[in-house]
Amino acid sequence: MEKILVLTHADESGSALSKASLEAVTAGVELAARLSAPLTIGILAVDLGFIPAMLAETGAQILSVTGEAFAQARYATDAAAAEALCRAAEATIVLAPGTSRFTRVAAGVAYRLGGFVDTHITALSGTESVEANRWFYRQRIEAVISRTARPWFLLLDAGTHAAFDGELSTALSEGITVELPALRTTVSGFRAPAQGAQTIRPDAKLLLVAGAGWTKKQPDGQLHAAEAGELILGFLHASGASLGSSKSLVDQGGEGNSVLPFLTHLNQIGQTGATPRHAKGLSTCCHGEEPHVVGWRFIADRRAISLDPNCGWTRGKADVVYVADAFQVMARVNALLDAGK
Amino acid sequence: MANAVHIVVCAGIVPDPLQTLEPVTGPAGPGLKNEMVLPAVLDPWAASALYEAAALAAKKPGSKLWLVSLGPKAKLQQVMMTVAQKVAFELVPIDGPIGGFPDAHATAAVLAETIAALPGLDRDKLLLFGGWESATRGAGVTLQLVGERLGITDQFQGVDEISLREDGSFEVLERVEGGKHQVSVCAGEPAVLGWATGNLAEPRNNPQVGMANMRTIMPALAKAKVAKLEANGLSYISVSLPQQQRTTRVEKNMTPDEIAAELVAWMGAE
Repeated sequence: MEKILVLTHADESGSALSKASLEAVTAGVELAARLSAPLTIGILAVDLGFIPAMLAETGAQILSVTGEAFAQARYATDAAAAEALCRAAEATIVLAPGTSRFTRVAAGVAYRLGGFVDTHITALSGTESVEANRWFYRQRIEAVISRTARPWFLLLDAGTHAAFDGELSTALSEGITVELPALRTTVSGFRAPAQGAQTIRPDAKLLLVAGAGWTKKQPDGQLHAAEAGELILGFLHASGASLGSSKSLVDQGGEGNSVLPFLTHLNQIGQTGATPRHAKGLSTCCHGEEPHVVGWRFIADRRAISLDPNCGWTRGKADVVYVADAFQVMARVNALLDAGK
Repeated sequence: MANAVHIVVCAGIVPDPLQTLEPVTGPAGPGLKNEMVLPAVLDPWAASALYEAAALAAKKPGSKLWLVSLGPKAKLQQVMMTVAQKVAFELVPIDGPIGGFPDAHATAAVLAETIAALPGLDRDKLLLFGGWESATRGAGVTLQLVGERLGITDQFQGVDEISLREDGSFEVLERVEGGKHQVSVCAGEPAVLGWATGNLAEPRNNPQVGMANMRTIMPALAKAKVAKLEANGLSYISVSLPQQQRTTRVEKNMTPDEIAAELVAWMGAE
């Protein structure tokens, strides 16, 4: 019989579970029910706060590793903590959220336990055995995989399950002691764009993708990069959308061309960038070829504005393509959004 | 040299992103149709790692740079004709399967064994570089597994920047959620850095560097050891292309005002 462990970690507060962790809890509850398997939840946090009470409704055994050493994500401490939780749970299947914190350590922990890991899992299925969906070649080929080897670690992509939301109730948690190795790495904090200048918003409903066309010569023969920047930032401000970019636009910064100063490689969507999850996506000035579009795999509702009536978006990759000048359209969109406030 | 580092970059080869990919299943499991004739390139994020490694080695006199790459020998040779012109390195080729479907654990075992046996490598000075995810399997686990196998417990993934300090420590910027970087300071080597894009542009081709590299690359390819990768209990139940093909409405005659009104309504709709 399988034994399932869901590894979770606290959010920035240190004493509440991250949203991705709560999604993994849902996946664990569903899988345990389907396989009639016992469920354990392992928690990595500074202090537990109300976390066990929030998980009481799962009926799971709760194990925890707590302390200031786990306030920040660091390979040596997180791997030691996750290893201790896994050893205590003796699980055959380990589910964990595919956060930066756990993707940094999951493979190492699996190796220490003699197990195996698969990441970017988008669905779990199977009744007799566990089957997992994941994408290969940057979201271009989908596969369903299984493994006979145990323990099997499965890192779940964010947004693939609903976040667990149970009633608060009394629950016991068993603390697990961790022997930490000598620490050679100190985490000093985070570096982010100044307040209000952050253009990456994972929780936004809409993704705006800016392509290289914004910084190309316009019909008047001139570059209008500054105007493009104002239109894009104006739209982000008015709509609350998240900003993505094609690689070619970000790369222009390294080629001495006019660039949009707020864009970094973190904005990059596609073959060598992110594959974000937003309900809707609007592409502007991007030709919609495959290396870009693979980053749109999990965006259901897609529209594009392009001057090219034969661009990639028109070939079954977007729901609606407007053959138009994005400068003109976005100026009017911004005006409408401002008027509607 | 006291400050010299030994950098090993793990980098695979992947189909050119512009190629159409079609999965096929053979006796050995899934693969890509015509995989051996698809034009290949160095894995993009691993290529970032290679360029960052070369820049770092240049700042530390006496440093060494190895490029360890697993793939079919013929494809490695083809890709190296281009890569060799970018930066100076010593190629350590491993003749093995191509593609994203072999198990990452098996790949990591072969890479770790090869790195551990590198002549002249001082593991106390080792910086293990690679892409944080490949463009084939995209699992982001291989480098981590290699690091564990080599006993390295300072690991960083999604790295965009490394800054060396006078005392031998270095600061690392790692990508985390929400468009932010986590800032860490590591006491020094050994460490694993899985690179994202980094900050360096792709170096221009330098024929002199290419010729110097090729003098060692060709003999290395000739002597490349052959690796067989274990399945480790991994099986593929199905491998397929996504079926979703949208029925695109192409609007060629709407005015900017009409488009804007439609977009604002669309954005507001649930």
